[in-house]
Amino acid sequence: MLKIDCPWCGSRNEDEFSNGGESHLVRPEPPTSVTEDEWANYLFYPTNTKGPSKETWFHKYGCRQWFNVTRNTATHEILNVYRIGENPPEENS
Amino acid sequence: MERYSAFGLVKHALTGHKKWPEVWRSPEPKPEYDVIIVGGGGHGLATAYNLAKNYKGKRVAILEKNWIGSGNTGRNTTIVRSDYYYKPSAEFFKYSLSLYGKLSKELNYNVMFSKRGSLTLSHSRDDFDFQRRLVNAMQLNGIDIRHIGLAEIKKICPILNFSKDARYPIYGAMWEPGAGTVRHDAVVWGYARAADALGVDIIQNCEVTGINKDLQTGAVTGLETSRGKINAKTIGLAVAGHSTELAAMAGFRLPIRSMALQAFVSEPVKPVLNTVISSRAISSYASQSDRGGLVMGGGVDPYNSYAQKGNTPVLEEVLSGLIELVPSFSRVRLLRQWAGIVDYTYDSSPIIGPSPVPGLFLNCGWGGGGFKAIPAGGEAFAHLLATGQVPPLVEAFSLSRFKDARLVDEAAGAGIAH
Repeated sequence: MLKIDCPWCGSRNEDEFSNGGESHLVRPEPPTSVTEDEWANYLFYPTNTKGPSKETWFHKYGCRQWFNVTRNTATHEILNVYRIGENPPEENS
Repeated sequence: MERYSAFGLVKHALTGHKKWPEVWRSPEPKPEYDVIIVGGGGHGLATAYNLAKNYKGKRVAILEKNWIGSGNTGRNTTIVRSDYYYKPSAEFFKYSLSLYGKLSKELNYNVMFSKRGSLTLSHSRDDFDFQRRLVNAMQLNGIDIRHIGLAEIKKICPILNFSKDARYPIYGAMWEPGAGTVRHDAVVWGYARAADALGVDIIQNCEVTGINKDLQTGAVTGLETSRGKINAKTIGLAVAGHSTELAAMAGFRLPIRSMALQAFVSEPVKPVLNTVISSRAISSYASQSDRGGLVMGGGVDPYNSYAQKGNTPVLEEVLSGLIELVPSFSRVRLLRQWAGIVDYTYDSSPIIGPSPVPGLFLNCGWGGGGFKAIPAGGEAFAHLLATGQVPPLVEAFSLSRFKDARLVDEAAGAGIAH
């Protein structure tokens, strides 16, 4: 059981949350000039990182807010939590 | 290779079973091979066996980071079935199941295929109607499957909770009589023994640390490993949840997410369950092993993972659902719990075909369904590695389908509980 530190509600069990996949994905624009390769990369090609991975999580059975989490996929350790729109903590320093 | 037979058993009994030959060699890696397969699981071993058998004269090696069968092949719940929805999948898995039926004889190794049938239950009127549609489609694709009602389900599996006020009332089921279970370790050992006898070098505890490419052409030239440099102009990757890492070594990405899929086994009990039961609504399934343990599984843990350990919310969801379905299981104690790292594609169909790097080929994306695909997957991948041509059986499962929008979306139809 993961303990996830929701930036709005504090530490809660993982079954209150749902994982929204990788964060900081940028949708290719504008649609008229996006190639099939770019679009496929955006939709289907995750980094699938082994190690620290930046993810979005949703506090489904809580405040119902989205936020960012850096989680080590090899150990499940949660390294930090930060709000949507913020940069990952290591990039601020 | 000494053939296994009743006569051999008697002969070795007379010498106290002390003179059995080793089942496969443990050779030192040679500096060069014609074909190297990375990954000593079911797919890698079946591929090597088919290469050595059908395309003679090639020097073939399998490199395995750990011990053969120590990944998903040794962790899955041993179910084989072919109830897939779309034509390319149905044809592939029907063929694979038919090969499983002949595998013990083919390998001279008892893989303990138990054709006990698979029962996929529906729990609402909508679920029932949807299953009817699935069964119709599957029958048109030539799959031996029927849509059955309560009376027949009661005969096949009387221990289910048939009460009308059950949490998950039973409406009907898809019944695939030719499905069943196969002893997973026997598949690994049988293929390894047969491949070794045909001259394949099975190199265990040999981790690939880099993929070398020709600077001019970009084609693969060999591998860096924990046991030195090994050259080959044809390399096949069959490494399931670790495909992304190997692809990164070769400089490309894959449309794959690595996730933990759990399984559980109970203490051994007397025979109570003579078929495979599963329910997509509950996201649980179970069968009973020959030793008596209830082998249970369900949905995948809902986030990326390379940890080979499962989380407790999914364990609780799977087991609580199963107890509603079979109340008598509530008194059985759990013996073990584990997880394998499976490689999910976005359409729940595999990838077999060339990679963006010349000479490097992919066999991945099986998700939670790779075990049942081993005999046909190995045959198709061997064809690909030997000739460079994609066999018609797996043409639909190319890497390029994600860019060409030709997905084979089996997520809903295939009776996949996860």
